[in-house]
Amino acid sequence: MDDSAVRKLTLGHLWVAFIAFILACFMGEYQVLERSGFISALDSPTVYFASVSTHGVLMGFVLTTFFIMGFGYYVATTSLKTPIWNIKLAWYGFWISLAGTAMAAVPLLTGKASVLYTFYLPIQAHVAFYIGATLLVVGSWIWCVIMLVMFSQWKKSNPKKPVPLAMFATSANAMLWFWTSAGVALEVLFQAIPLALGWIDTVDPGLARTLFAWTLHPIVYFWLIPAYTAFYVFVPKQAGGYLFSDEVARAAFILLAVFGLPIGFHHLYMDPEQASGWKFLHGVGTFIVSLPTLVTGFTVIASLEIAGRLRGGKGLFGWIGTLPWTNPMVLSVILALLMLILGGFGGVVNASYAMNAMIHNTAWVPGHFHLIFAGTTVIMYFAIAYYIWPLLVKKPLFSDSMALIQLWTWFIGMSILTTPWHVLGLLGQPRRISSVVYNNLLTLAWKPYELAMIFGGLVLLGSACLFIYNLAKTQLNPAVAGFNDQIEYAEPFKPVQSLPEYLNDLKLWNYVIAVLMAISFGVPILQFFFMETFGSPAWGY
Amino acid sequence: MQNKPILEQGHDLIGRGIDLIKDFCKQMRSIHVDHLEQKWITIALLTVGLLVGIITIDAFFHSINPPGKVETIDSAKLHLSQEFAESNLGVQVDEKGQVLVRMVAGRYSFFPKHIAVPAETKLTFRWVSMDVLHGVHIPMTNMSTMIVPGYVAEITTSFPKPGEYPVLCNEYCGLGHNHMWSNISVIAKEDWKKPASSIANKEPDNG
Repeated sequence: MDDSAVRKLTLGHLWVAFIAFILACFMGEYQVLERSGFISALDSPTVYFASVSTHGVLMGFVLTTFFIMGFGYYVATTSLKTPIWNIKLAWYGFWISLAGTAMAAVPLLTGKASVLYTFYLPIQAHVAFYIGATLLVVGSWIWCVIMLVMFSQWKKSNPKKPVPLAMFATSANAMLWFWTSAGVALEVLFQAIPLALGWIDTVDPGLARTLFAWTLHPIVYFWLIPAYTAFYVFVPKQAGGYLFSDEVARAAFILLAVFGLPIGFHHLYMDPEQASGWKFLHGVGTFIVSLPTLVTGFTVIASLEIAGRLRGGKGLFGWIGTLPWTNPMVLSVILALLMLILGGFGGVVNASYAMNAMIHNTAWVPGHFHLIFAGTTVIMYFAIAYYIWPLLVKKPLFSDSMALIQLWTWFIGMSILTTPWHVLGLLGQPRRISSVVYNNLLTLAWKPYELAMIFGGLVLLGSACLFIYNLAKTQLNPAVAGFNDQIEYAEPFKPVQSLPEYLNDLKLWNYVIAVLMAISFGVPILQFFFMETFGSPAWGY
Repeated sequence: MQNKPILEQGHDLIGRGIDLIKDFCKQMRSIHVDHLEQKWITIALLTVGLLVGIITIDAFFHSINPPGKVETIDSAKLHLSQEFAESNLGVQVDEKGQVLVRMVAGRYSFFPKHIAVPAETKLTFRWVSMDVLHGVHIPMTNMSTMIVPGYVAEITTSFPKPGEYPVLCNEYCGLGHNHMWSNISVIAKEDWKKPASSIANKEPDNG
C-alpha cells in the first residue's frame, strides 16, 4: 500500500505539535527563572503572564491536539490497513486548527490575552484569542469525525471481527473528545465571545467555571490515551513479548472515556457556586476512574514480565534486568510508569475531597500535573515519535543513543523540577504568581526549592532540544537504501476468542455517558437559571 | 397503533432494561480475564473502596466538607449591602458568642488588611469579591476557598496554633496578583479581646 499521503499528513501534524512544544519549553525555563526573583532584570509581570498563558496554550492545546490528530491518522491507516477516509477533509481540519493557533498566538504574544489557558472570566482577553482557540477545537472535531467514520466503516466490512486495539482506543478517544470539548465550547460561544464583542454586558463566573470544569478533567484523558495506546499496542512487542490481555485493555479504554467525563467538580472543590453534595458525587467518580489506570499499570507490567522471561529473566525480579532497556519505547514506558506512580499518589491527595484544601491552588498543583502530563504523557509522545519517525520519513533514526540520553535527561529533569514544586506547595506557595513579594519569613524557606527548579528546567530544556535535533537530523539525512521497517502492533498473549459487542463498539457507551453527564452536570448547570444570580461585567487585567 | 395502558408500557420498558443488563452481564462474563488480573482488580477495588470509605465517613459523620453553601450576592453593590458595608467588615462576635469574620477581596488586597482572631476557636469566614475571581489561602492551615464574584464563600475552621500568618490570594486576578496579600494574627484564646464593634448584624450607627 502506498502510504505517502498519510505519512505527509502525519508529519505535518507532528511538526506543528513539536514546534509548539520546543517554543513552550523555552518559555517554561524563562518562567521558572523570572519567578525565582534571582535575576531582578527579568522581573516583569506583564511578560511573565503573557508567557505563562502562551506556555499553557502551546503545551495543553497545540502540542496535544496536533500530536493526537497526527498519531490518530497514522494508527487508523496502519491498523485498519485502509487509506484515510477523505484525506482532503483531514487537511482542511489541519489548516483550520493551524489558522486558529496563529490567530490566538497574536494576542497571546502581544500580552492581549494574559488570561492563562483556563480563561478566568470575568477577566477578558482579546476576542481573537477566543475565536482562535475555538477554531483549533473545530479543526480537531473534523479529526473526530474521520476517526469515527473509519471505525464504523471497518466494522461494517468486517462484521464480528474485533476492531484492532489501537484503532479502538483512538476511536474511544475521538468520542471522548467530542463530549469533553462541549463544555468549554459552550463557555466560549455563549459567554466569552459575546462578552468580548459587547453583545452581552455580564457573565456569571460561577457558570463559566462549571462549564470549564466539564472539560478540564476529561481533557487530560484525551491527552493521556495516546500514551496508554502505546503502552498496550507498541510496548509489548518492542520489549520482545506479548500483550497480557486484549479484552481488559478495551475495558480500560471504555472506563477511561465513560468515567473520565462526569467528574470535573474535583476542580471546584473549593468553589462557592456548587454544593458539597455534588462535589462529593464527583469525588467518588474521581476515585472510580483510577481503576482503569490501576488495571493498565498491571497489564503493562505483566506484558513486560512476559517479555523479560522470554528473554531469559529468572526469579522474582530477574526479568526486569533482561528487558531491553536500550529500546527507547521500553525505556520510556519504565520511566513513564515511575512518574505515573508518584504522580498518581499526588493525584489521590488532590482528589480527596476536603483534604484538597491543603494544596488547592498551591505550587503542589502545577508540580502534580507537570509530573503526570509533561512526565508520563509527554515521554510517551517522545517514545511514539522515535518509533514512528523512521517509518514516516523512511530513514533510520539519526541517533539511538541520543534518544536514550534524551529520555533519561527528561526523566531526571522532571524529577528535579517537580519534587521541589510539590514541596513548595506544602510550604504554602501559591501557584500563578510572577514573583514573591510577601513580606513574611515563610518565604525564606522557599528559596532553595526555587533554585533546584531552575536547574531542573534547564535539564529539561536541553533534553527537549536534543529531541527536536534528533528528529530534524533523521528527516534531513540522505535516504538509506534498503530501509524498509514496518509498523508492528503487539499480539495478545492469548488470542481473543470471543469479544462481546459491548467491548467492540461505542454506541452503548455514548448513552451511558449521556446519562452520567445528565446526572452529574444537569442540576448543577440548571441551578444557574433557577436561582437569583448576579452577573459580572468584563474586567481587564 | 396499539394504545396500551401507561402502566403496562412502563412495565415493558423496565423488562427490556433488565434484559439489556442481563445480556450485558452475560457477555461481560464470557470474556477471559486471567486469575492474576482478577486478583489485582479485586485489590484495586478494595483500595479505592477504602479511600472512598474514609472520605464518606469524614463527610457524613464528621462533617468535613469543602465549602459548598451556594449563596449569591451582587458583587457590584457590596458597598450598598448591609452585611458587607465597610463598617461591618472584620471580626465580630454575635449574641451566641460565635466568631464571624467578614472579608472583602478586591484587586489587590483583602479588606480589612489586618485582623486578629482567637486560636482554638470555631471561626466562620464569609468571603466576597468586589471585582474578579480571587482565591484565599492561609498557608499551613485549611482556610482555603475560591472567591467567585456573585457568590459568598463561607467556610468554618479553627486555627490550633497562635502566630502571625500571611493571607495570600492564590488565584490569578490580574497583573498585580503577586501583591494581593494581607495579615492575620492568631492570638492565644485567653489573650484575645473581643473587638469593640461586636455583636454581628447590629444596626448601623447613626451617631
